[in-house]
Amino acid sequence: MATKVHNSDGWLYDPILPDSSTWPIVQLTNHRDEFLKELVELSIQNIKETLGNNPSNLKDELARTLYTERIRLTQTPWKADAPDEKEFWSQVKKHMVRINAGHENPNAFGHEDLIRRIVTRYAEEIAGVFDVKAYDFAKGFTTFMFSRLLNASQGKGFSRFWDSRHNLHDKIHLIGEIDHIRELAKQGTVIVVPTHFSNLDSMLIGWAIQSIGLPPVLYGAGLNLFGIKIMAWFMNRLGAYKVDRRKKNTLYLETLKMYSELSLRKGCNGLFFPGGTRSRSGMLEKRLKLGLLGTALQAQRMNFVDDGEDAKKIFVVPVTINYNFVLEAQSLIDQHLKISGQEQYYVENDDFSTSSKMLRFIYKFFTASSEIAVRFGTPMDLFGNRVDEEGRSFDPHGHEVDIKKYFYSNGEITKDLQRDAEYTRMLGERIVERYHCEAVVFCSQILAFSAFRIFKARYNRMDLYGLMRLPSEDLTIRPKQLMDSVDKIVERLREMHAGGEIQLEKEILEGSLSNIVKKGIANLGIYHAKLPLMFNAEGDFQSQDIKLLYFYHNRLEGYGLHKVI
Amino acid sequence: MDSTKSSDKMPVGVLGGGSFGSAISNLLAENQPVILLTRSQEVADSINATHDNRGRTMHENVRATTNAREVAEQCRLIYPILPSAGFRETIKNLAPHLTPEHILIHGTKGVDVQLPEGVQLTSDYKLNPKKVNTMTEVILQETIVRRVGCLAGPNLAGEILEGQPAATVIASHFEEVIKLGQKTLRTPRFQVYGSHDLTGVEIAGVLKNVIALAAGALSGLGFGENAKALLISRGLVEMIHIGKHLGGDIVAVLGLAGVGDLIATCSSSKSRNFTVGYRLAKGETLTAILADMEEVAEGLNTLRISRSMANYLGIRVPLTETIYDVIYGEKTVEEGLDYLMKFPFYVDIDRSMFRGN
Repeated sequence: MATKVHNSDGWLYDPILPDSSTWPIVQLTNHRDEFLKELVELSIQNIKETLGNNPSNLKDELARTLYTERIRLTQTPWKADAPDEKEFWSQVKKHMVRINAGHENPNAFGHEDLIRRIVTRYAEEIAGVFDVKAYDFAKGFTTFMFSRLLNASQGKGFSRFWDSRHNLHDKIHLIGEIDHIRELAKQGTVIVVPTHFSNLDSMLIGWAIQSIGLPPVLYGAGLNLFGIKIMAWFMNRLGAYKVDRRKKNTLYLETLKMYSELSLRKGCNGLFFPGGTRSRSGMLEKRLKLGLLGTALQAQRMNFVDDGEDAKKIFVVPVTINYNFVLEAQSLIDQHLKISGQEQYYVENDDFSTSSKMLRFIYKFFTASSEIAVRFGTPMDLFGNRVDEEGRSFDPHGHEVDIKKYFYSNGEITKDLQRDAEYTRMLGERIVERYHCEAVVFCSQILAFSAFRIFKARYNRMDLYGLMRLPSEDLTIRPKQLMDSVDKIVERLREMHAGGEIQLEKEILEGSLSNIVKKGIANLGIYHAKLPLMFNAEGDFQSQDIKLLYFYHNRLEGYGLHKVI
Repeated sequence: MDSTKSSDKMPVGVLGGGSFGSAISNLLAENQPVILLTRSQEVADSINATHDNRGRTMHENVRATTNAREVAEQCRLIYPILPSAGFRETIKNLAPHLTPEHILIHGTKGVDVQLPEGVQLTSDYKLNPKKVNTMTEVILQETIVRRVGCLAGPNLAGEILEGQPAATVIASHFEEVIKLGQKTLRTPRFQVYGSHDLTGVEIAGVLKNVIALAAGALSGLGFGENAKALLISRGLVEMIHIGKHLGGDIVAVLGLAGVGDLIATCSSSKSRNFTVGYRLAKGETLTAILADMEEVAEGLNTLRISRSMANYLGIRVPLTETIYDVIYGEKTVEEGLDYLMKFPFYVDIDRSMFRGN
């Protein structure tokens, strides 16, 4: 059992591995050169396999890579790009010209040297470094900043900055199957997969993971974020690896995937945001981007190949991060309405692009914030089976499962990427299911849901876009009507909670209807200049911004709740 | 095929010794030994002693047993060919013996509904499509097996048992499952196609049984080919309409499991569903027909499910509604026909049905 410790820093749990030199992520940094060497060789193997072991495909892919990379250099340069990028790619071009002219001795696989050169560069760019001192500093710093800001926000500005009457854990609730996950992390590799609504998620989840005593996790961060100085300083030292969305060639993608696979094989705990990007609509993720999650399947298979019965297992922990409000709601929902469901390239918005903007963002976040719940969900194996504290897998009827056999064909482990891609897809579906069960509902979300549904029913001849254009005067609700609808939803939610289909904040479970509404209205999107829902002078409910109301309403979509109103 | 050679191979399991289960067992037995799970010990004994399964001759490579565990332990590949009503129960019994290595390819053309206790599917019951499970979903819910596929197509058991040429589709998300299905099932007289659209193929195979009921009725009334063609083509449209709500796909309806199976069952007195419709039209009552049928007509169950699902979804499915009313005695066959002929259909094919699936 975990030892829980309350102290002034707000630590709840002992670290499960107190000695940082035993952390796999530290090992990885200490043996970085060997690791990179292995990474390069394995990546090249996979690249050849992906291209059907066909030298002419390889040649084509090289040409395509060179072409798209040179376009990237001129059309979408980023601050985070290495200064010698141009130089490198023009060297590659010369190298290629020499091969094509027959000046370079083509080895057995023709362009192998050139591939190694490019893959090595990619590998070095992707791989992060982990610095224990920076980690300790960041750990202390975030906790310190989070609590200071929180205390300041409870009083009038900075006069309370040095107060410590408000513990961080009073505001950020870490709940769920924490003891279970700690046990699993002692014997296997844990992959945390959180929902993604806000830019703050990565910092919050990092803090949450160390608060429950897990060693640091390895995570991929967009290369664009490395253009922000503070972020880059931390991320460069905290083991973040770089993911560049602009590079879509086979050489890069295979290297990136192999990095993730290999680090999992070496026992580094991982973190993926499987939604890929923040939820623009405010809905829980429905479809996941499975690319990197698939590397977990490969890592698990290789663990069994290498270590047989003693192989380390990989566990998946779905985590829901639950907010009363999302700071970026306005721009997210605007983008969602513009894209209306279609996956399109969008220009990275501005609310997070420099250090000062980021700090302002964090300050606002804490000064305005009410409670946040980070819920660690039921852990499972990569096939969606339940696991016990010792990491054994069980089927729905309680029979133990030997998951190694999922990789069997004809009685032995085989490599079948199509099969594993299907397993990954199924895992994705399980994660989405779990997100719905592990989501923590706040009073504010019930209010948003009820109010939006009332407007939708009232103006049922309008489409969504018509609704979004309604003036605030037309968006009022008599208290009785809203209370009735909230009442029905609360009743249904309590039923669902009893069946394990959803999680509820305490107030919803135990509070009276009027308290639920009171708490809800006090917390619903309070940061925004125009409120999604408020009391007006006549004592009615009124929405000042229906788009925001829609955004917060979306969080409860997908549960069939509209049927009960 | 040389039977001494095939006996070295790993046996394949079949669950269910009904007519289709027997037909599939015999096909499989041409390529490898088969272990057939039957419910009754008597039937198993008879198959093992004299290769006789209630009048059907079984291939000598087929060995029967009533022990589910034995099937699971000896076979990695198992074909459940069971009536949908008993499917979940049998799979539950098998579940403790299954490992993640097992592969299941089912041949059941029905769906499963878990209703609250005491609730019956009546003509006004509103059934949420989410409560309707395909057999694949039942397997995934009840077992740890993930590599699942299904078998569907114009496969009238009687014709296969006679060794007539035929073809089927094996659908699965796993390439490995399709290949294994082809390897074990293909014979010089039996062609096996593959598809990745598992749900589409399953749903097509399920929904066509309702239309077969009506085809039997038309035939019983003595109507000819115009009427049947009308039924089949309108039936297809309705299959697509309902199928979409169960996660099915239009493309699968065009294949062997949809059009192919529909034409076979709508033309053949060997089809159970067809027979129910035929005898109803000849004036027998449903109770009398069911009393002397050896096996289940899946169409009846599917009909009730489709009907109550349409209630929930608020969609009009005139064919299904009419077939339902006729089968459950709310309309005579003639009244039903009259109703359909007067129904204000206007468009042949509603194009919107093909958009944004």
